[in-house]
Amino acid sequence: MSSKSRFIISTLAFGYAFLYLPLLLVVLYSFNDSSIATIWGGFSTRWYGELLQNDLILDAALLSLKVAVTSATAATLFGTMAGLALARFGRFKGRTLFSGMISSPMVMPEVITGLSLLLLFVTLQQFTGWPGQRGFSTITIAHTTFSMAYVAIIVQSRLLGMDESLEEAAMDLGGKPLRVVFDITLPLIAPAMVAGWLLSFTLSLDDLVIASFVSGPGSTTLPMYIFSKVKLGVSPDINALATLIIVAVSTGVALAWLIMRRSARP
Amino acid sequence: MVILAAAQRRDSDGLMATTHNSKDELWRRFALAAPYLWLLVFFLAPFAIILKISLADPVIAQPPFTPTFDATGHLSITADNFRFLLTDKLYAITYLRSVLMAAMATVLCLSLGFPMAYGIARTQPATRGLLLLLIVLPFWISFLLRVYAWMGLMNNYGVINNFLMWAGLIEQPIQMMYTDFAVFIGLVYTYLPFMVLPLYATLERMDLDLVEAAQDLGASRTRAFWDITWPLARPGVIAGCLLVFIPAMGEYVIPYLLGGPESLLIGRVLFDEFFVNRDWPLASAVAIVLLLLLVVPIVLLQRYQASDQDSSA
Repeated sequence: MSSKSRFIISTLAFGYAFLYLPLLLVVLYSFNDSSIATIWGGFSTRWYGELLQNDLILDAALLSLKVAVTSATAATLFGTMAGLALARFGRFKGRTLFSGMISSPMVMPEVITGLSLLLLFVTLQQFTGWPGQRGFSTITIAHTTFSMAYVAIIVQSRLLGMDESLEEAAMDLGGKPLRVVFDITLPLIAPAMVAGWLLSFTLSLDDLVIASFVSGPGSTTLPMYIFSKVKLGVSPDINALATLIIVAVSTGVALAWLIMRRSARP
Repeated sequence: MVILAAAQRRDSDGLMATTHNSKDELWRRFALAAPYLWLLVFFLAPFAIILKISLADPVIAQPPFTPTFDATGHLSITADNFRFLLTDKLYAITYLRSVLMAAMATVLCLSLGFPMAYGIARTQPATRGLLLLLIVLPFWISFLLRVYAWMGLMNNYGVINNFLMWAGLIEQPIQMMYTDFAVFIGLVYTYLPFMVLPLYATLERMDLDLVEAAQDLGASRTRAFWDITWPLARPGVIAGCLLVFIPAMGEYVIPYLLGGPESLLIGRVLFDEFFVNRDWPLASAVAIVLLLLLVVPIVLLQRYQASDQDSSA
């Protein structure tokens, strides 16, 4: 083995260890009986039990899930339309602005997105009375806005990577463009839409900063609750919660990967 | 993952047959107008509002800033907030610190990410998918919880210190939490996938024969790397660096949880100016200046992504 590939392999090993060891330790310590989170006090599942009795966590998780499902669905709808427009509509007026607005939310620092959306909601309320209360609806709108960008890019890449001959054949055979979209294009990009939905769902569940800006009193999402808790230091019930999330996400990602892989096969 | 998809992009003129009836035309208009309007209202318009508020004076009222037009209908704007930002040393230093920390985190991500991406691109195609998945997976797990995981590791009585003391390497715990070191760890840990994916996308497309040819012609390995591999990987390097640098500049959570009082970054200042001091105009001005600092990198990134889409065959 050459020195170069040894260097590459050790960097890879180090990189993956760097990415995964902290997560493994959180999982391990979630089964720690001791209430001092960094000292091992024997195996126990008590923190999972306490998690289920904590109404604050359950309420926050419920709100987060509702926001995530709604915003992911809306984002998939708008994002798919945007991706179709970018990949298949050719040149249209305002295309540069459109694609700029699609790619910018993904790199915009969260503090700026959060602040700008809150100021928009405050201004809207001043002039129209809506939104009377900030919470579910405002967080959902904020999450839809940044998630649809991701969906649009995923759908667009899938369309650009895809042969147009199927769509062309359908049209040569007399299919109307609208029917071709629904009968040919949408089924072909369905895996991208599923991937986009799942990504939007996790991005929404993940967001702390933007939600902190646009939520009002009484609406606490799960990350906001976790943040208020971990500000004070390591806590064992958060370890248990993290473990549940790690397991759920890993399962979800593995499933998405399998779906994408199967659909990539001819 | 945007970039992951970039690996499979093909060139396409994106034109469909041009025979439409009115129903199809209606659908096309709708499919474009719905997301377009949404983004205009919820993405573009807010920036105009930030700009407007950054030109107002703070007042104790609801909302806490002066209107753009006073009671007599005259335009009433002020540049005081920007003047204050430019003259107060604390803000200048914080902006500079943010640029430096983000740049440093970018360099660290590149040094770790490049060999990783190179290694992944050179493995068997069958294992590549799995290795990539393992790069992306942490990105899907709550960002907050991943930063949190390091709190337990880097504590004075955390896993790392306990291990080092147990091994007899140190006698006193090393102070890692609440330092710049911890912030760098957090930044690299969080943004490493953003670096590896675009790098992988370009390295995977690279023709290995070129490197071999250079070596056959007598170039040393180092020479072949700097003359062949590096220039070919440049689009990926640029994209990766921008994808790390831009969000790291505005980072709030990592310096808050892992950094000490001296690791003040501009994202935190914006947050506190808004929520703690309730000075909305100043917070808006902080956001505008941050945005101005990021305009060049953001435009660069978009240009790169557009050209990547056109050139990849």
